[in-house]
Amino acid sequence: MLNAATSIQDRPRPPASDPVGASPGMSQVSEQTQWMLLVRDARDKQAFARLFDHFAPRLKGMLMRGGLQAGLAEEVVQDTMLSVWHKAHLFDPHRAQVSGWVYQIARNRQIDVLRKERRPVPEELKGDDVQEDDALQIIALEQQTSRLRAALAQLSPEQRVLVEQAYLGDLSHSELQGLTGLPLGTIKSRIRLGLKRLRRELQNKQTT
Amino acid sequence: MSEIRHHIPDDLLAAYAGGNLSYAFSMVVAAHVSMCVECRAQLSSHETVGGALLDDGDTPSISQAMRQSVFARLDEPVPVPQSPRRMGVFPGPVAQALGYEDPHWRRIGGSVRQTLLHRSDKDSVRLLYIPAGQAVPDHGHNGLELTLVLQGAFSDETGQFGVGDVEVADDSLEHTPVASPGTPCICLAATDARLRFNAVVPRLLQPVLGI
Ligand SMILES: [Zn+2]
Repeated sequence: MLNAATSIQDRPRPPASDPVGASPGMSQVSEQTQWMLLVRDARDKQAFARLFDHFAPRLKGMLMRGGLQAGLAEEVVQDTMLSVWHKAHLFDPHRAQVSGWVYQIARNRQIDVLRKERRPVPEELKGDDVQEDDALQIIALEQQTSRLRAALAQLSPEQRVLVEQAYLGDLSHSELQGLTGLPLGTIKSRIRLGLKRLRRELQNKQTT
Repeated sequence: MSEIRHHIPDDLLAAYAGGNLSYAFSMVVAAHVSMCVECRAQLSSHETVGGALLDDGDTPSISQAMRQSVFARLDEPVPVPQSPRRMGVFPGPVAQALGYEDPHWRRIGGSVRQTLLHRSDKDSVRLLYIPAGQAVPDHGHNGLELTLVLQGAFSDETGQFGVGDVEVADDSLEHTPVASPGTPCICLAATDARLRFNAVVPRLLQPVLGI
């Protein structure tokens, strides 16, 4: 069994004492990302508390909307936030936003619980070639995400309902009847946020 | 590895990110994403959308007991489940479904063999082993069928598919995949009777959205 402690040891990081200051400009990345990097590199419990207080209620809201009762939703919130702590070494701010990363962990767990099966998930990328965090790249991804948020904010109420159903909807029936109605076109150009750059980033990490 | 030319359609990636795909289709998406940088990037874009909506979402109150229990458990050594690992030609999620053991192949016609990974009344996913030059026996399917090549290549009426390529076929497609000469072809094939592509709604929205 892999445990978080050994895998963190395996992966050299910039000095943990001042991870956010490790690269010039890191003070300009979003608070969420800074908290997450403090959790990842310094195992900072105060930063984790901030992430917890931001995400736990939102996760509970999403999980209840997704078909879990309050009690079970809290259990999944607990599992998700513990995973955020223990899998922090897998967080890579060059290719994921904290909220997207947390979203995906919670969605996986929610499906395991609701369908009582282990959801097939992709291999993790090998993290052997960890580079130092590059503030400019991280900020570029955050700017793309801001544009995506702006695009989401411009959806009509009807479109917004469809998009929310697609990403936050009820999973307890899992009776998706067809791949219809998702107004992806609106956000398509934005959704390809940094696709080229992301691809380059990923290619560097691809093992074969 | 040769260039992947046939990818997972974007609406299937969105459905996977949102948790709206059956086990069988999730297996194919997870396997392809394990092999394809482009779809991995696209999937993380969809997860970013999910995250943005999560950030904007409701904030019901959380029990303090749960909060305390999380913080009390931070220092406990918790075994983190190992993420799936590739085994030979089998991408991590497939290897995991095989229990990291070699597939038990069973003949299904001619010298084509299969290993069933999952079957329910609505979806199924299997591995197919097709000797070079052989055709896949007639296999009618309801709804959508996804076929991901793991080794070798096959071709049918619609084109050629090599390692990493995904063929998306709906039930209107009558096709006879034939394994290319050379190496035996190993594929991951999934069907979902409930899913159909219905282009009507997107087409209705096109003028509105200016796609
Ligand atoms: Zn792809």
